[in-house]
Amino acid sequence: MATQRRTKSFETELVIQARGLTKRYGEATVVRGIDFSVPRGQCFGLLGPNGAGKTTTLRMILGVTPRDSGELQIFGVDDPKQAHRVRARIGVVPQLDNLDPDFSVIENLSVYASFFSLHGAKIKERIRQLLEFTELSDRAHTRIDVLSGGMKRRLTIARALINDPELIILDEPTTGLDPQARHMIWSRLRQIRQSGKTLLLTTHYMEEAERLCDDIIIMDNGHIVAQGSPNALVKKHIEAHVVEIRGATESISINFDQFPPCRRQQVGDTLYCYTDDAHPLLAHLESQGELITLQRPANLEDVFLKLTGHEFRD
Amino acid sequence: MTWQLPHINFRALSVWRRNVLVWRKLMGPSLLINIGEPLLYLLGLGYGLGLFIGQMSDMSYLTFLASGILAASAMNTASFEGMFSVYTRMVTQRTYEAMQATPLSVDDIIAGEILWCATKCLISGTAILAVATALGAVHGTQALFVLPIIFLIGLCFAGPAIIMSAFSHGYDFFYYYLTLFITPMFILSGVFYPISSLPTGVQAVVQLLPLTHAIQLVRPLVSGQALTDVGLHVGVIVVYTLVAYYFAVVLVRKRLVV
Ligand SMILES: Nc1ncnc2c1ncn2[C@@H]1O[C@H](COP(=O)(O)OP(=O)(O)OP(=O)(O)O)[C@@H](O)[C@H]1O
Ligand SMILES: [Mg+2]
Repeated sequence: MATQRRTKSFETELVIQARGLTKRYGEATVVRGIDFSVPRGQCFGLLGPNGAGKTTTLRMILGVTPRDSGELQIFGVDDPKQAHRVRARIGVVPQLDNLDPDFSVIENLSVYASFFSLHGAKIKERIRQLLEFTELSDRAHTRIDVLSGGMKRRLTIARALINDPELIILDEPTTGLDPQARHMIWSRLRQIRQSGKTLLLTTHYMEEAERLCDDIIIMDNGHIVAQGSPNALVKKHIEAHVVEIRGATESISINFDQFPPCRRQQVGDTLYCYTDDAHPLLAHLESQGELITLQRPANLEDVFLKLTGHEFRD
Repeated sequence: MTWQLPHINFRALSVWRRNVLVWRKLMGPSLLINIGEPLLYLLGLGYGLGLFIGQMSDMSYLTFLASGILAASAMNTASFEGMFSVYTRMVTQRTYEAMQATPLSVDDIIAGEILWCATKCLISGTAILAVATALGAVHGTQALFVLPIIFLIGLCFAGPAIIMSAFSHGYDFFYYYLTLFITPMFILSGVFYPISSLPTGVQAVVQLLPLTHAIQLVRPLVSGQALTDVGLHVGVIVVYTLVAYYFAVVLVRKRLVV
């Protein structure tokens, strides 16, 4: 009995469970009956091109966007009337900053805490810890408008942790940041995950998803087009190696039949060749002086582009 | 969901408190604006015109005007807060979006905002009442009952202003409401002269306006004359308040809960 309970609450407990989740705006269906579930303690990635429906899905989880159909259990609760109770256990880093410009760094945290009915000495100590955690202690009394983009993002993360949430939703947490700021945020997110919290993250940076996420879904046009761990997705959908050939590719005729099987895709001035054995092709290309070639292991970005296409969105 | 009656919850107080904290930071300029204009009316018109007019409705023109201005400035303060400031928080600064990620709902946010609008009216109304008293325009301590009336006027005019914010896509839109509703009320509802001097047809319309009833409560309290039809006047203002509150909540839900 005891072990059964343990199994239920520690291993298979689902923080989010969506079935047939659907959202329409007028004629447009932007989330089309998606199914997914997020187990407790995971970092779960939601990827997809612009307009795929990521933010809409996150808003439905928060209960601020009403769904048109489907089931959506958060912490086992599926009841719009309980949305405020559910939100009390969630932290949110929104896609666009919405820090309060009328307040300083520390006031932003204390006022936000008051929205969770958190007051007093305990929250003061928590704010001190959070400022330390996000390396903003020396900025406590700075106005928001003079903070750098990275500092604002860190403050938003501190703010999302104010209520000691079980689930943290991050909508593009590192968009627009420099590599230093991004690495700093990655390390903090890993720490948060290690402390046992569940992360749900959207991003356009495949490297970010590969580094942080245990499990990923790729959305396109409101559908889920793939799901799995970053490694599994790469193994399943893409050959092991990629050869990128840039330059006057049209003017050169390469007879690909003489090489091991190779899936090819032309994007702009670049020809992508996906293959499990790149050596014969590379050897041949070496003799073609004017072409620039690059060989690398396949990654999540290749999966993303294969599944969602190369055309622009929006 | 959208058309449901608003839920009232103590969480609204945290929204109210946020605005109090911001106001405290900018207290000086804010008070100056909220008191400066009414004071200009009192000094400029009250003394200037008062010299020619002498008595109006059996009281000094300064008293007559001061009581009208007390009510009208509450209308203005609530309207400006409910439009320019609420819109800034709802759209420009996305403060409501941040609040919606917490246990706060749109119902809580709007209740907190309306409460804050009324509080701001109360603060500047208290200051104007003090100035009017110093100028000798106030007769008797019953005038303190003006303060709850000013709070009520604030609640009443906050709702329509927030409705404007819910429809708006920019600050310019608010000048339609100010020009078409607030300014006519300011001029016609008995701030500057008794409405009995208006043509009967116009009087009938003016009797439907909330500011008219607000002034008919404030004026006797300031001048020390007998208060009449309290139930009617309070009733009209309360009905406006409740209807506007309901639609303010519904329309902001329609805008933010999508
Ligand atoms: N309030 C709304 N009214 C109408 N359409 C909307 C609304 N909000 C979003 N949409 C549409 O829904 C679709 C999905 O939007 P969503 O913001 O969820 O995409 P996203 O995956 O987060 O994209 P991005 O990567 O650009 O943030 C888009 O086509 C968008 O235009
Ligand atoms: Mg988005």
